[in-house]
Amino acid sequence: MIKCISGYNMRFYFSISVLSVWLLMVILVPVMDLHPNSIVLEKILKTADQNSIFGYDDLGRPLFDRLMAGAYTSFTVAFGVVLVSLLVGTSIGVISAYAGGRWDHLMVRIIDIFMAFPGILLAIALSGLMGPGITNVIIALSVVGWVGFARLSRAQVMSIKQSEHVLSARSLGASHSRIIIYHILPLTIAPLLIELTFGIASVVIAEAGLSFLGLGIQAPEASWGSMIRDGSQYLLMAPHMVLVPGIALMMVVLAVNMLGDSIRDMLDVKRQC
Amino acid sequence: MSGYILSRLISALIVIFGVVFIVFMLIHMVPGDPVEVMLGESASSVDREMLRQTLGLDKPLTEQFYQYLYKLSQFDLGTSLHSKQPVSELLAERISPTVELTLAALLVAFFMAFPLGILAALKKDRWQDTTAMTFSLLGISIPNFLMGPLLILLFSIMLGWFPVSGRDGLISLVLPALTLGTALAAILSRMIRASLLEVLNEDYIRTARAKGLGTVRVIGLHALKNAMLPVVTLIGLQIGALLAGAVITEMVFSWPGLGQLTIESIQKRDYPVVQACILLISTTYVIINTLTDIVYGALDPRIRLSQ
Repeated sequence: MIKCISGYNMRFYFSISVLSVWLLMVILVPVMDLHPNSIVLEKILKTADQNSIFGYDDLGRPLFDRLMAGAYTSFTVAFGVVLVSLLVGTSIGVISAYAGGRWDHLMVRIIDIFMAFPGILLAIALSGLMGPGITNVIIALSVVGWVGFARLSRAQVMSIKQSEHVLSARSLGASHSRIIIYHILPLTIAPLLIELTFGIASVVIAEAGLSFLGLGIQAPEASWGSMIRDGSQYLLMAPHMVLVPGIALMMVVLAVNMLGDSIRDMLDVKRQC
Repeated sequence: MSGYILSRLISALIVIFGVVFIVFMLIHMVPGDPVEVMLGESASSVDREMLRQTLGLDKPLTEQFYQYLYKLSQFDLGTSLHSKQPVSELLAERISPTVELTLAALLVAFFMAFPLGILAALKKDRWQDTTAMTFSLLGISIPNFLMGPLLILLFSIMLGWFPVSGRDGLISLVLPALTLGTALAAILSRMIRASLLEVLNEDYIRTARAKGLGTVRVIGLHALKNAMLPVVTLIGLQIGALLAGAVITEMVFSWPGLGQLTIESIQKRDYPVVQACILLISTTYVIINTLTDIVYGALDPRIRLSQ
């Protein structure tokens, strides 16, 4: 049992510290005097100096400033997408399961159809068609992202709506909206929270992936994905161009995944250590 | 069983119809005038009208959809706006590189995941388990557009073992397959570990051990067979992720497959080709998932009887 708790703590603290650094970077971006798009020709592909602790990229832009700006981009997209997906997906899932009948049947089909598009393929097509830009990326990834929340919340509500406390609330004359908000939604929070954490990890990867393909954030705005793409042309001369955003991206995704794992374990009463 | 297969096939057909509808609608989801987006603002009105007619955009939406369905039923995917070649010809030459890459990645995933997952399950909570699972978590957290350049840096640039990019013989397949396969290996090894652990506590495993079978026989003959069910489903589901991952991996390694064609056509705004690529990849995914369902039903009678 003690071993179990210390194992939890290690992973949990690691993810909380990495995520705090990520959050701190996001908060500091508007406050700090950053120049992610300033080009210094003499500094092209140079390694670290006192002005930029991570060196410079192929256009002589400071990597530290671009890393900070990239953190801001990935954070904005991740939370934008997860929030939209959570609200839309959960509303659709909850209402569909609660109402049941023909609407629910139709909704299940629609969910199945969206699930049929593998991974970010639909998002690639959508953002390719809509053009680059942070809003378009959020829209494209939300079109893909709502499905997971809808499916999960639908499955939850299907089992909760048969339970006795819901039946008794109904027999006492509670309205549908009251039953949903006070008696059903609170019970769906735990699994949705886990889905939300893993959702953040996949959106961070997806945004970076879209930007890597040149379909995400509009250049010259910084994204970790586009930084990796720029850097992969100069692997021999300036590996730091890939390593700096790459390690940052990996740490954030690892931390979010670990946080999701820890939350799942903490909420799972059946789990034995 | 035949009733179960029939119901799976019908629902697959409904899903494919929905996929076709969404792929058809993609071009109409472009904000503003798709023709203007495709040709740019400087295009002449004659050019615009021509493209509008070529794409059939001058007709009512329902008629366009019927026409699209009719053409699809004839396997007519349209003509590329860019190269003026039939889209089906363009696709045909790109299919085998992608199949090759996906199968090789699947192979890599198997060879990494089974030893790791089995080792982790047998040595639960010991250092072997921790190491294997840390590796797996890393594998999940490194996206393939990062894994690719890192492998190129190490194996192509520093060691010079493999070519940086392109498709030239078996040796050029190694790095793309590793890149694409690692993430799947990571997920798969966790699944194998979890489902083996569940099975290892069963009575029949104790019986097998009690009658004096060695670990290899217990795991290979008794445990793995029963632990495979969730693993089979996972593989089916993950093939979709593999196909989507192939899009990015092909871009990293300039691998001339469907993924590269998709992205190139998006960049050139060659919509008929983009539509066809998305349609092909998604339909393949639906077919594989349906087959997985059927295999799952065949392996486990409880699944097909509950339907």
